[in-house]
Amino acid sequence: MERTISRNSGESSLFAAAIRESLFAGLISLGLFIMLVGLKTDQNIRNELVIEQRWGLLASLVALTMVGRFLYVLFVRPALERRKLQKARVAPKAAEKSYLARNWTKFAVLFLFIYPVLMVLMFGLQGSLKWVDNFGIQVLIYVMLAWGLNIVVGLAGLLDLGYVAFYAVGAYSYALLGTQFGWSFWILLPAAGLMAAFWGVILGFPVLRLRGDYLAIVTLAFGEIIRLVIINWREVTNGAAGVSGIPKVTFFGLFDFNISSPYYIAKVFDIAQSGVYYKIFLYYLILLLALLTAFVTIRLRRLPVGRAWEALREDEIACRSLGINTTNTKLTAFAIGAMFGGFAGAFFAARQGFVSPESFVFLESAIIVAIVVLGGMGSLTGIAIAALVTIGGTEILREMQFLKVIFGPDFTPELYRMLLFGIAMVIVMVWKPRGFVSSREPTAFLHERKAVSSAFTKEGHG
Amino acid sequence: MAAKPLLQVEVVETYYGNIRALGGVDVAVNEGEIVALIGANGAGKSTLMMTIFGNPRARAGTITFAGTDITHMPTHEIARLRIAQSPEGRRIFPRMTVLENLQMGASLDNLQYFDEDVEKVFTLFPRLKERMSQRGGTLSGGEQQMLSIGRALMARPKLLLLDEPSLGLAPLIVRQIFDAIRQLNKTEGLTVFLVEQNAFGALKLADRGYVMVNGRVTMSGSGRDLLADPEVRAAYLEGGRH
Amino acid sequence: MEYFIQQLINGLTLGSIYGLIAIGYTMVYGIIGMINFAHGDVFMVGAFGALITFLLLLGLFYSVPVAVALLIMMVVAALLTSLYNWAIEKVAYRPLRGSFRLAPLITAIGMSIALSNFVQVTQGPRNKPIPPMVSKVYTIDTISISLKQIIIVVVTAILLAIFWYVVNRTSLGRAQRACEQDMKMAALLGIDVDRTISITFIMGAALAAVAGTLFLMYYGVVVFSDGFVPGVKAFTAAVLGGIGSIPGAVIGGLLIGFIESMWSAYFSIDYKDVAAFSILAIVLIFLPSGILGRPEVEKV
Ligand SMILES: Nc1ncnc2c1ncn2[C@@H]1O[C@H](COP(=O)(O)OP(=O)(O)OP(=O)(O)O)[C@@H](O)[C@H]1O
Ligand SMILES: [Mg+2]
Repeated sequence: MERTISRNSGESSLFAAAIRESLFAGLISLGLFIMLVGLKTDQNIRNELVIEQRWGLLASLVALTMVGRFLYVLFVRPALERRKLQKARVAPKAAEKSYLARNWTKFAVLFLFIYPVLMVLMFGLQGSLKWVDNFGIQVLIYVMLAWGLNIVVGLAGLLDLGYVAFYAVGAYSYALLGTQFGWSFWILLPAAGLMAAFWGVILGFPVLRLRGDYLAIVTLAFGEIIRLVIINWREVTNGAAGVSGIPKVTFFGLFDFNISSPYYIAKVFDIAQSGVYYKIFLYYLILLLALLTAFVTIRLRRLPVGRAWEALREDEIACRSLGINTTNTKLTAFAIGAMFGGFAGAFFAARQGFVSPESFVFLESAIIVAIVVLGGMGSLTGIAIAALVTIGGTEILREMQFLKVIFGPDFTPELYRMLLFGIAMVIVMVWKPRGFVSSREPTAFLHERKAVSSAFTKEGHG
Repeated sequence: MAAKPLLQVEVVETYYGNIRALGGVDVAVNEGEIVALIGANGAGKSTLMMTIFGNPRARAGTITFAGTDITHMPTHEIARLRIAQSPEGRRIFPRMTVLENLQMGASLDNLQYFDEDVEKVFTLFPRLKERMSQRGGTLSGGEQQMLSIGRALMARPKLLLLDEPSLGLAPLIVRQIFDAIRQLNKTEGLTVFLVEQNAFGALKLADRGYVMVNGRVTMSGSGRDLLADPEVRAAYLEGGRH
Repeated sequence: MEYFIQQLINGLTLGSIYGLIAIGYTMVYGIIGMINFAHGDVFMVGAFGALITFLLLLGLFYSVPVAVALLIMMVVAALLTSLYNWAIEKVAYRPLRGSFRLAPLITAIGMSIALSNFVQVTQGPRNKPIPPMVSKVYTIDTISISLKQIIIVVVTAILLAIFWYVVNRTSLGRAQRACEQDMKMAALLGIDVDRTISITFIMGAALAAVAGTLFLMYYGVVVFSDGFVPGVKAFTAAVLGGIGSIPGAVIGGLLIGFIESMWSAYFSIDYKDVAAFSILAIVLIFLPSGILGRPEVEKV
C-alpha cells in the first residue's frame, strides 16, 4: 500500500509491481476467505452441522481481488497521483454554476412534492402503493432520522450511537398513549418529541464531561438499555410482543382513513375506496416533518448556538476558553436531535400501526450513523442522497427479479445491504474522513482540503 | 576535510501545514566534526533536527547521510543508519525505568553490546546508575537530560544529534556534558551536530558553527570565527548565558 | 454458600473469556488510542474459525483426542483472526492515524458491521451448534466444576503468563510500550512503529481467537452476531480495569464475569445485559480511568 512507485519509472516496472501486488493481494484474500467462504457450515437433515465446500466461489472472489488490485496499481493509483500533482499545481477556481445546479434543492423539493402524483399517474392507484409507501416513506423516514442525528453528529460533533433510543421513545410514546387514551396523533406528535427531547437531556447530562469516543460508547449503552427495558418491562410495554392497534393519523380531525368511520376520506370526498390515500397522506406528512428538520437545522446553524456547535466540533478546549458554555451547547444538540428522533418515532408508530423492540436495535442506530457519515457529516443534501442510495437502493434491489436468478431464490438484499453499509463506511472514512460535501467548506474550495484538514490533525492525535 | 560530508542537508524546506519553518537550509557535517547550530527561539533549529529524521518530512531539498539519500526514508530506517538524537524536550519514556530507557536506546543491536555500553554511560553519568530502576517520568529535569543523551549514545551512533543538551542543567553538569562530548569526539571519532542556546559554550566546543534566523542559515564558519563575529556577539552572546 | 461458590466458579470462567478479549481492546487503545469496535467481531470470527476447524477434524479423522483438537482449533483460529486483524489495521485504521478523533471509531464501527454481516452472508444467519466436546463434571459436595471450566481457566492463565512475559521482558514488548508512550521517540530509536502496531493487533487477535475457541467449547454454539455483546462486555472490562493496562483488563474481565454470574443468580436473568450495559455507562461516566488506569486518560 505504501510502496509508492517512483513516478519516472518505466511502464514495465509498473507492470511488474502490479503483478506482484496482485499476487500478494490474492494470497491475502485467499487466507481471509478460505475458511469463511470456501467452507460453509450447514445443517443436514439430522440437524448436525456439516461442511459444504465452495471452492468455485472462493476462487472467483480471490480472482476478483487480484484483478481489482492489478487494475488499481496499474491504472487507478497512477491516475490518482497524477491528479494530486496537478491539483497541487493548479489553484482551483470557482466554477460558475449553471442555473440548474444553483437551484437544484428547489427542484428536488418540488419533485418530492409531486412524486406521489407522478407515481399514481404512472402505476395507477394500486400500483403506486409500493413506490409511495415502501420506497418513498421508507426513504424519507431515514432522511429525517439522519437529519435529526446530523444535528448531534454533524453539527456538534458528538458521536451518538444510541440515537435509535429516541426514535423508540417517540414511537412508544405515541403507541402507548394513543392506544391507552385514544389521544390524537396531533397532540401526541409534539408530546413524543418533547418526551424524546427530555430523554435526550436526561441521557445527555451525565455524558457531558466525556471525551468523544467514550461518549459514543455510553450513548450506545443507553440505547441498548432503553431497548432492553422495553423488552423486559412487560406490564407497560407488552415486552417483545410489542404494541399493536395503534390509531391512524387523521387529517386534523376533518376526515380520516378508517373505512368504518363516518368521516372516511372516500365518503367525505365521494371517491373510490382505497388504502392508497392514507399512504399518500403519510408520505406528505413525513415529507413535511423531514423538511421541518432541515429547516430548523439550517436556521440553527446561523444562530449563536449553531456557531457554538461548530466551535465545539472543531476544538472543545478552545471552545471552553472562548467562554462558550459547553454544557448547554451539548445539551441543546442532544435535545434537539432527540426531539426530531421522537417525531420520526411517532410517525413510524402511526405508519406501522405496530411497534416492537425489534425495530430499535443497535443496528438501526448504526444505519443512521452510517447515512450521516456517508452523506458527509453536516451536509443535508449529502445525507439525503446517502439515505436515498442506501435505503432506496435495497428496496430497489428487492424488486430486481433477475438477481434472484443469479444469487439463488433466497437472495435477500438486506443481508448484503448491511455488509455493503459497513464496507462503504470504512471506504468513505478512509478516503474522505471529512465526508464528501462538508458543510463548512464552500464547494468552490472543495479541492483545497489541505489547509482545512491540517486544522484537525492538531486535535486529532490520540 | 573529507571529500564528502557525513551529513549533507541541501536547500531543505519544511512546512507545518502551510507555515514554512525551514526555507531552504544548507548544512554539512563532516565525519569527526563537532558542529553547532545556534539561533533565536523559533528559528527552526529543532525543526531541522527532526527533519533529518523525516518527521516532519522535508517538502523540498535533499538530505544525504553517508552517501545515502535519506530524504524520503522512513524515520526508523534513518535511525538504523546509526543516527541518534537526543531530541528537544528529552522525550524520556515516562513509564519505563532508567534501565529500560537505555535498553530502548540499544534496540538496534538487540542489546548485543548493552552491558559494555551501559557501563560507559554510567561512567559518563554516574547519577543514572543510582537511579537505574526508577521510572523515567519521575526523574528530575537534569537527570532526564542525562538519560536522553545516554539513551542516544546506547545506539552506537555514527552521528549524534543533540537538541539543547545543556537545557535545565546546572553549569557544572553542563561543563561535564560538554567535556564528555569533546571526549567522545576525540577518542571515538563521534560526529556531533548540536543545537544550543548556550552559544558561547557551544561555539567554543564546536569545530564549526551555523547561525539560523527565521528558517534560514544566515552565517557559518569555524567556531572561533563566529565567536569573534560582532553580529553573533551582539545577537547571541552579549547578555546571554556564558 | 455453596451456591455462592458455584457462582464464583462460573464467574471466573466467564471472566477469563472476557479478560482474553479485553486485552485486545486495551492494547490497541494503549498504543494508538482508538476503541477498536470491531474487536468483538474478530472474536466471533475466531469462534467460527474454531468451529470450522472442529468440523473438518470431525470429518477427516475418526477420533481426535480432545486436547489435540482444542489445540489445533486455537491455532487455526488464531492464524485466521491474526490475518483479519492485520488486514483490517492496514487497510482501515492506518490511513486514519492523525485524522480527527472520531474517524477511527466510526471506521471501526463500519468494520464491525461489515465483519458480522460478512459472516452472516457466508455462513448463514442460524445458530451453529456442535456436539459437546468435553462433558466431564467434577463434584465436590454440592459444588460442580466442569472440565470445560477448568480448561478455560488454565488456558487463560497460561496465555496470560506468556503474554506478561512478552510484554514485560522481551524487546518486542519494550518496543510496544515505547510506542504506547511516545511513538515519535520510538521511531527515532529505530523502532518500526507501523510494524509494532501491526504486531499488537495480531496479538490481540490471537487472544480473541483463543477466547472464541473457549467460548465455542463452553457454550457449544456460535452465531454471527455473537461478537457484539461479549465485545461490549469485554470493552467494559477493559475500561473498568483501566484502559491501556493489561493486568487491568484481566481484573476487569474477572469482575465483569463475577458481576454477571452473581446478577443472573441473585437478581434476574432478564436484566443480565441491562446490568452489563449499565456498568459500562457507569464506569465510563464515573470511573473513566478505571481501577488500574492512569489518571490522564485524555491524551493530548
Ligand atoms: N508542530 C508544529 N506545528 C506548527 N508549527 C510548529 C510546530 N513545531 C514548530 N513549529 C513552528 O516552527 C517554527 C520553528 O520551530 P522550532 O521548534 O524548530 O524552533 P527552534 O529554533 O527549535 O526554537 P527553540 O530555540 O525555542 O527551541 C516556530 O515558529 C514554531 O512555532
Ligand atoms: Mg528547539
